[in-house]
Amino acid sequence: MNGRFVRPNPLPGFGPAFGVTLAWVALIVLIPLTALALRPWSLGITGVLASLESPRVLAALKLSFGASLAAAAINVPLGLLVAWVLVRGRFPGRQLADALVDLPFALPTAVAGIALTTLYAPNGWIGGLVAPFGIDLAYAMPGIMVALVFAGLPYVVRTVQPVLMDLPAEVEEVAATLGARPPQILVRVVLPAILPALLTGFGMAFARAVGEYGSVIFIAGNMPGLTEIAPLLIVIRLEQFDYAGAAVLALAMLMLSFTMLGAVNLLQQRLARRAR
Amino acid sequence: MNPRFPPVPIVAVLAALAALGGLVLLPVAALFAEAAGQGLGRALAAFDDPDSLAAIRLTLLVAAISVPVNTLGGLAASWCIARFRFTGRGVLLTFIELPLSVSPVISGLVWVLLFGAQGWFAPAVDRLGVQVIFATPGLVLATLFVTFPFVVRQLVPLMQAQGSEEEEAALTLGASPWRMFWHVTLPNVRWALLQGVLLLNARAMGEFGAVTVVSGRIRGQTLTMPLQIEALYNDFQAPAAFAMAGLLALLALVTLAARAWLEWHTRRGTDKTMATA
Amino acid sequence: MNKRMALKSAAAALLLTITIGSRPAAAQDSLLNVSYDPTRELYREVNRVFPAVWQKQTGRSIAVNTSHGGSGAQARAVLDGLQADVVTLALASDIDALATRGLVAKDWQTRLPEGSTPYTSTIVFLVRSGNPKAIRDWPDLVRSGVRVITPNPKTSGGARWNYLAALGWALRQPGGTEATGEAYLRRLFAQVPVLDTGARGATNTFVQRGLGDVLLAWENEALLSREELGADRFEIVYPSVTIRADPPVAVVDAVADKRGSRAPAEAFLRFLYSPEGQEIAARHHFRPRDPVVAARYEQKFPPVPTFGIELFGGWPEAQARHFAEGGVFDQVTTPAH
Repeated sequence: MNGRFVRPNPLPGFGPAFGVTLAWVALIVLIPLTALALRPWSLGITGVLASLESPRVLAALKLSFGASLAAAAINVPLGLLVAWVLVRGRFPGRQLADALVDLPFALPTAVAGIALTTLYAPNGWIGGLVAPFGIDLAYAMPGIMVALVFAGLPYVVRTVQPVLMDLPAEVEEVAATLGARPPQILVRVVLPAILPALLTGFGMAFARAVGEYGSVIFIAGNMPGLTEIAPLLIVIRLEQFDYAGAAVLALAMLMLSFTMLGAVNLLQQRLARRAR
Repeated sequence: MNPRFPPVPIVAVLAALAALGGLVLLPVAALFAEAAGQGLGRALAAFDDPDSLAAIRLTLLVAAISVPVNTLGGLAASWCIARFRFTGRGVLLTFIELPLSVSPVISGLVWVLLFGAQGWFAPAVDRLGVQVIFATPGLVLATLFVTFPFVVRQLVPLMQAQGSEEEEAALTLGASPWRMFWHVTLPNVRWALLQGVLLLNARAMGEFGAVTVVSGRIRGQTLTMPLQIEALYNDFQAPAAFAMAGLLALLALVTLAARAWLEWHTRRGTDKTMATA
Repeated sequence: MNKRMALKSAAAALLLTITIGSRPAAAQDSLLNVSYDPTRELYREVNRVFPAVWQKQTGRSIAVNTSHGGSGAQARAVLDGLQADVVTLALASDIDALATRGLVAKDWQTRLPEGSTPYTSTIVFLVRSGNPKAIRDWPDLVRSGVRVITPNPKTSGGARWNYLAALGWALRQPGGTEATGEAYLRRLFAQVPVLDTGARGATNTFVQRGLGDVLLAWENEALLSREELGADRFEIVYPSVTIRADPPVAVVDAVADKRGSRAPAEAFLRFLYSPEGQEIAARHHFRPRDPVVAARYEQKFPPVPTFGIELFGGWPEAQARHFAEGGVFDQVTTPAH
């Protein structure tokens, strides 16, 4: 590991840390994903393409990625607001509100799905309010969106929160004394500083939403071509002992997510460098 | 935290609370209302069932293995990624984050592809006479995969934002690498690290999709708490299922208590230094 | 120097992961029964009673463990190495899948009486109390305004029986052809608002969420739902004709031979056919094969005209034609654009 590979740096410990990192990544992520990446090709290239191009598969992929992007986009302002209030706000029950943020994590996805469906089904507390107007929440697009926003919210809040805590008070203080109002402070001063973290949160919320299975399955309705998500199609293929077909879909989803995450990372690092 | 910050408008506080309440609290409240409607006795019956107790033990064991492994790995990786520039750094980071975007179903499937009866390592595992999937090791592996990125995701942005000046100063002042790590690096990132461990722990205990695939669902043996909750729910024992879910949420959030304690502890520490100054 | 350190720590981490223990193989006198979802209550009781029977026969003690899940997912787990001594699944095609991969002998269906199905069930309609939409038979399901709840045949064994029951009725109508059958299925699935992944999920959607006017369900599931959730809330409707659903059982030869558990595994399955086993099955809402036991439960299981899977050329053909990717089910549920 000489100058070529790693740029000289006065800090110690690159060797051992890198060794541990490599073993950790290889054993838990690389080897399994390699097995996944190699599995589809027993079908041949044409088989792989054929198993991807059915309208039903395309509809499911479109739904999964579209809804996840939208959910992540909703989560960014929502998560920022929550994180900001939790870090800066002084109000009774702040600790409790803070704990609530982690609830979507702590609940098994199946329980979350059951809970959301209980609430948004036509006989639920919220679903019942709009049912008389002929609006379906559960078993339709709104239900899927709610489940995905629910799953992704903690990711945005928890990535923004530490950076927000670390932000020096002086800048905001000066802005305030210069007459800036809180929304202006948020947009002009706070936002640029936390943009990298916000992007990271967006990426995580999106990634989590794309793969989400347990909770969506309860609330989505799962009608082919309409409310059927891509992970369900993978399960369906597995049910038919079609491992290769399942791996094709899995790999396609993985590559799409990988590209998206890579783009977000690139943007995030550029922003981080500029901020410094 | 700091009284010098400009106050947050009450509207924002209310909006944030409304969002949290409506999105997070209300569904859970609806769930428990439904469970409570069917009687508390039936709910508590969950903890009388030996299968449920076995599920609790199994979940604790799986978390006790996966949380330290992924915390140590995550610390090492964050140190490399946030403090050094090396070839393939971006690729490494993306690989670390990848498990997050892998559908839980796939996170289970990959281990089946490796250790299943037709998997890559099936002959080796067979010769050793070890059962990997459909037993505890498989549950641990699936959990490790699913909870892989949390620590790195929390630490890297923060460590990048902080920069390495303080660490370099410590070294210049003659601190050993370990001393620097314990007294500069770790304290600087402790909130983010704790947060990462909290997420890691919560997800390790609550993971459903991935463990479904590798569990084999043997009652009293390979059912973790989330799977036991599903089993109870499917047995028309919804109150017992929700009681288990409540316990799981509490267990998963146990690190919150640790954070509150640490927060209180350090605040007292800084007060003391300020008093002596 | 750095490179060596990196290698060393990599090796150490590797060792650590390998030594993270795995549990020893299960104790010898135990059986693992891998079953599908609606048999939970049935096998809970069988598992309690069978060890005493085995003890009396052989003087040895035994513990029976069970695993429940979707029938297809359970078969896949066994394929992937779940050490099941016996399987008791929802459809023959799931055991056929094990047979084609050599885990179960090809002739499994002839090794036990009645085609290796110790109990049967059928597909019925569960409607809300008072039957407000007056649902009596299959044509009523496709009347406008009737919403039908059934799980997804791709992921649920019970749903495949539902689907074939509906198709069988349509085929047996005067002038019924494959085309009219598929047309009926298309209309039927257009009335379905939700496709849950499992039978119990569909039951919950119908019962707890209050969705739909009729649930297509296993007879045993419908009877159990009434028992668990209130007989006053739901009624069971027997259509003019339905399918005889036979959930099969088999010893998993590969596992039984490896673990040396063939004797208890076979005894376990034979017990299901014994008067005592049949009685337990009947109590848990499965139709017994034994005529004596059946006579005692005549009230509970009214006679209903049925057809079997033979109508569709047997499971392998039905599976390939209807439920494979791009099969008839996919065609009739593709939304018309």
